[in-house]
Amino acid sequence: VSQDGRIGERLGEALHSLFSTRPRLLMLGEDIADPYGGAFGISRGLSTKFPDRVISTPISENAMTGMAGGLALMGDEVIVEVMFGDFITLAFDPIVNFISKSVTMYGRTLRMPVIIRCPSGGNRGYGPTHSQNLHKHFIGVPNLSLHELSPMHPVRPVLARILDQGRPAVFFEDKVLYTQRPCGRHEGDDLFEFSDLGGESDWAQARLADEPPGCLLIAPGGMVRRALAAMRRAVLEHEIVSSLLTPSQLFPLDLGPVLPALTAAKRILILDDGPAGGGWPVLAADSIHRLLWNDLDAPVGVLQPGCAVVPAARHLEQQVLLQESTIYAALTAGGASG
Amino acid sequence: MAACDADSLAASSVLTLDDQAPAELSGHDLDTLLMIRQFELLLLELFAAGHVSGTTHTCIGQEYIPVAMAPLLDRAFVVSNHRCHGHYLAQFGDAEGLLAEILGRSGGVCNGHGGSQHLYREGFCSTGVQGEGVPIALGAAMSMKRTGAGGLAAAYIGDGTWGQGAVYEALNMAQLWQAPLVVLVENNGIAQSTPTDRAMAGRVADRAAAFGLRYARVTQTGPAAIRGQLASQIELTRSGGGPFVAEFITTRVGPHSKGDDTRPPEQRRAAEEADWLAGYRRHYGDQVRAAELAQQSRLRRLAAEILARPLAGASPS
Repeated sequence: VSQDGRIGERLGEALHSLFSTRPRLLMLGEDIADPYGGAFGISRGLSTKFPDRVISTPISENAMTGMAGGLALMGDEVIVEVMFGDFITLAFDPIVNFISKSVTMYGRTLRMPVIIRCPSGGNRGYGPTHSQNLHKHFIGVPNLSLHELSPMHPVRPVLARILDQGRPAVFFEDKVLYTQRPCGRHEGDDLFEFSDLGGESDWAQARLADEPPGCLLIAPGGMVRRALAAMRRAVLEHEIVSSLLTPSQLFPLDLGPVLPALTAAKRILILDDGPAGGGWPVLAADSIHRLLWNDLDAPVGVLQPGCAVVPAARHLEQQVLLQESTIYAALTAGGASG
Repeated sequence: MAACDADSLAASSVLTLDDQAPAELSGHDLDTLLMIRQFELLLLELFAAGHVSGTTHTCIGQEYIPVAMAPLLDRAFVVSNHRCHGHYLAQFGDAEGLLAEILGRSGGVCNGHGGSQHLYREGFCSTGVQGEGVPIALGAAMSMKRTGAGGLAAAYIGDGTWGQGAVYEALNMAQLWQAPLVVLVENNGIAQSTPTDRAMAGRVADRAAAFGLRYARVTQTGPAAIRGQLASQIELTRSGGGPFVAEFITTRVGPHSKGDDTRPPEQRRAAEEADWLAGYRRHYGDQVRAAELAQQSRLRRLAAEILARPLAGASPS
């Protein structure tokens, strides 16, 4: 296991490790076999080592996902790789109507350990059908949990925990993360103290050591790098102190372990890369308002793109998606003391 | 043959039998057939009396298909669809669990959560979304292929199900990987209210051929004869010979769900004449009546007993 490996490599190592320890684990997806190893090379080497457990499928998201449901009913565990997360729309029926429902619709609890992996998000110029973040369409599906790859969370335990839960999950992976290093191993990370706060949502925290609480950012894993860069600039240039909370499980959202941090914050801002109009940041803000209405100094803010298609040209894409500069502007405009 | 009018096909195949007696049924087959028929008739009655909520899809006229298949589908995972009562009853004989389930009373096979269309038992599940079951069955088949237990998966679908892309995605993979999968097509000539020839261009046989799938067309209605026609094909699938599609040309004698049969009177009459049971009534009247009455009174007693039970618990046990 490489110590400095980039997150994409670590994800691949996690898959190898899980395949070694879980004999019933299978993987389905398009072009996932060697030598290609998937569109982002994440499963490279896996089909060579586990030839009968890595099944490279035709371009058939619907049936390959439904097939995962049938494998799960027989006692297998399955990781499905959707080549670009955008294509998960083609698997909506088996995910929502079968795999998730089957956990309880038959009047007993059935184990359905299926993880749908979705390389998501933009900032790589792939254009409208290869750059979305589709969290919002899967929030509140009974028995389905949502997770996101995060540079603050070691990936193997996250995946192992999902499989152990025995319920289906969608695992979003911001593809920009694949080439980045985990937190603590990236330039500028020495400014921050990283810690695990645990809980069902598996919270991680990044904060400046020995600083009083200022603005608290809450963001899924894909936003972490942009958030940390903005936080660093804000403190170095304006002495504006902020901290960051990131759950590896987005839904269901368990705020228990972060209540003290939320209460102490002067200001709370939720970051998200999905288009405006409902979705995860709204759910998170609503949950915080309900729990802490009387303790908040100000309403929880949401920073996310407008309700727009992600354009292909890099300069247009940057205007739509949340950038470090947008977060920095929000941090410095509001000020740490609100 | 270009004809897709399954009603007339089924009708003609029965008419040719009209002059001769259908093959005698084993006591077990006759009992199971009539149990399913009486179960469905009773359900429609219970529905009319307000004891069943939502919807229910009866298989009146198609009972012989799962009765013929059940002995061939031991060591199988069976995936059924919205019209699943006959599949379940033929496989397990569990009228009590199914009736309690549909009536929302305690003792239901899914504790009242699944209802008429969503049944589960080890080796069996049904779902209410058309086409969804074929990929699920493919998954079950591939699992059994890998673990080498000699099992197979079977998916029951209808003629209307062929409108779903998931079916083709799954058939393609099944053939590519030589999955131990059997697809049982109950072609009753009508999808809800839409005649097959208004929903399907070409034929099921040609679609199977397009994937290089082994295929058989089944027009007979006697369980023993059907087993004779299909047993070796199913065994071949079980022993690594790849997937197999059997298309049963059959007749939906009853409505799609309840009281929603919009077919013109002459078509409904033709469906009744094509009913497999009609021939048995003519030639084995006494035997059929006795078995029918026995099933009828047993199921009525069962229904009364179940209706007196408490409502099904609210949470999964």
